[in-house]
Amino acid sequence: MHDARSTMRRPIGLRLWLSGGWVTLLVLGAIFAPLIAPHDPLYQDLFAGRMPPVWVDGADPNFLLGTDSLGRDVLSRILYGARLALTVALVAGVLTCLIGATLGLIAGYYRGWVDMVISRLVDIWMAFPPVLFAILLIAVLGTGLTSIIIAIVVIDWTRFARVVRAEAMTQGTMDYVASAQVAGRTRFGTMLTEILPNVLPTILALLTLEMGIAVIVEAILSFVNLSISTDAPTWGGMIAEGRTSVHQAWWVLVFPLITLFLTVLSFSQLGEGLKDYFDPVLR
Amino acid sequence: MSDMIYEIRDLRLSFPDMAHKPLFGAAPRVEVLKGLSFDVPKGEVLGIVGGSGSGKSTLGRAMIRLLEPDSGTIRFEGTDITHAEESALRPLRRKFQMIFQDPMSSLNPRRRVAGIIAGPLRLQGVQDTQSCVLEALDMVGLPRSFARRYPHELSGGQRQRVGIARAVALRPDFILADEIVSGLDVSSQAQVLNLLEQLVKDLGLTLAFISHDLSVIRRLCSRIIVMHRGEIVENAPTVQVFDAPQADYTRELLQSIPLPDPDQVWA
Repeated sequence: MHDARSTMRRPIGLRLWLSGGWVTLLVLGAIFAPLIAPHDPLYQDLFAGRMPPVWVDGADPNFLLGTDSLGRDVLSRILYGARLALTVALVAGVLTCLIGATLGLIAGYYRGWVDMVISRLVDIWMAFPPVLFAILLIAVLGTGLTSIIIAIVVIDWTRFARVVRAEAMTQGTMDYVASAQVAGRTRFGTMLTEILPNVLPTILALLTLEMGIAVIVEAILSFVNLSISTDAPTWGGMIAEGRTSVHQAWWVLVFPLITLFLTVLSFSQLGEGLKDYFDPVLR
Repeated sequence: MSDMIYEIRDLRLSFPDMAHKPLFGAAPRVEVLKGLSFDVPKGEVLGIVGGSGSGKSTLGRAMIRLLEPDSGTIRFEGTDITHAEESALRPLRRKFQMIFQDPMSSLNPRRRVAGIIAGPLRLQGVQDTQSCVLEALDMVGLPRSFARRYPHELSGGQRQRVGIARAVALRPDFILADEIVSGLDVSSQAQVLNLLEQLVKDLGLTLAFISHDLSVIRRLCSRIIVMHRGEIVENAPTVQVFDAPQADYTRELLQSIPLPDPDQVWA
């Protein structure tokens, strides 16, 4: 009867602080990029190409993380790239979450033919190879921010639908749902006021996970030049460029890669941390 | 007729048997309740006893209309509720409430005790929920400060009291208690049973108490319905069931009660 989770009070501390700290830093960097970026991210100086980061011999202290083969400042490009990455993460993440979670909640709670239709749709949807699907969509829609977001939403809503459906199904068998019916609550009301609060931590964790995935998808699309215009600073684009000159100028590849890695990791850790934080048993 | 809480006639209910569903077409149905008829007079404490799979919980859930019967009739205070729509049932719901077996599952873990008890009150349009909640906590012997707690912060017995508080807060005419002490230790069991007895007396409740434990039923109930494989095999006053059981199955059940002195047997 006793919920064992209540005794394992994990410190919320480090995980939430580190991941939250990195995301906050990134958000601030993205918002204030025009103020803090040391250079124009698009400004090319062919004479200052492939400058190493400051702590390496032969560096120009003006370029903290060095320059790429066209002499553009890597740090400035990462900062501006964060704008696109975070916009995509936020908008695509939230839209995917809303659509997927709603469908999953309805399927898992109402079951029956509604569930049949939604679940079969999810199954069929998931049979498409996702990256190919995205590339196909961009090819049809044309490149641009909106297309990236649409592509992510269209591909990834199934992730939410699946997980939330399963969770809603489990919650639906609990007696507090029957109890709400005995109290005279409508089916729809029960779904919103009884089931949803219990599924919300899962949705939240998935949302942050999805934000990380959105960042990766955006980077993949930039990598294959299907994101926004080709000279705009994007992490994926930088990685693609850096790849070709990795033996001469490793920093062009490595710094955007580390940023991408830390960002995706932080999003998923933030989700886990927040999930625990919102669980009254663990709090 | 008006002093009858429930009049149940030839109640039948079946579930689809998904294990034997053919690839195409409907699943065969398993009849769980096979034509039950009985009355529950006002003020009675009725025990419903039977083994696992006897259909006693299904009967309870049909009475409270969590399940819809296939055929037969259920009259609650004279109103036919057998096939009533949920919207038609809603105003009636404050008159028949239910206490669930596992309070861990029946109390929403994300609500505080106050919210759990107030939920049905708000739905039934009670104005001053705050005082009703505190009053309900008083009735079940929980300190008022518990209103701010979450279910996981309570012990099993305390949780079940919250379940009882939620049911009595609406001042219903009838309460169905489905195996409500089977998850509790013996001393909590005794306390919860004492409380239930007290509430029945104080509030003039009619109670149906479902259990597999005959000694619990014997203590609490004035009449017993013994169920076996979806049928009522015995329906008699408690004394008669224990002193002169009519059905073979009842005798079997009685012999399964552990006794302080095994040489002395019932009946």
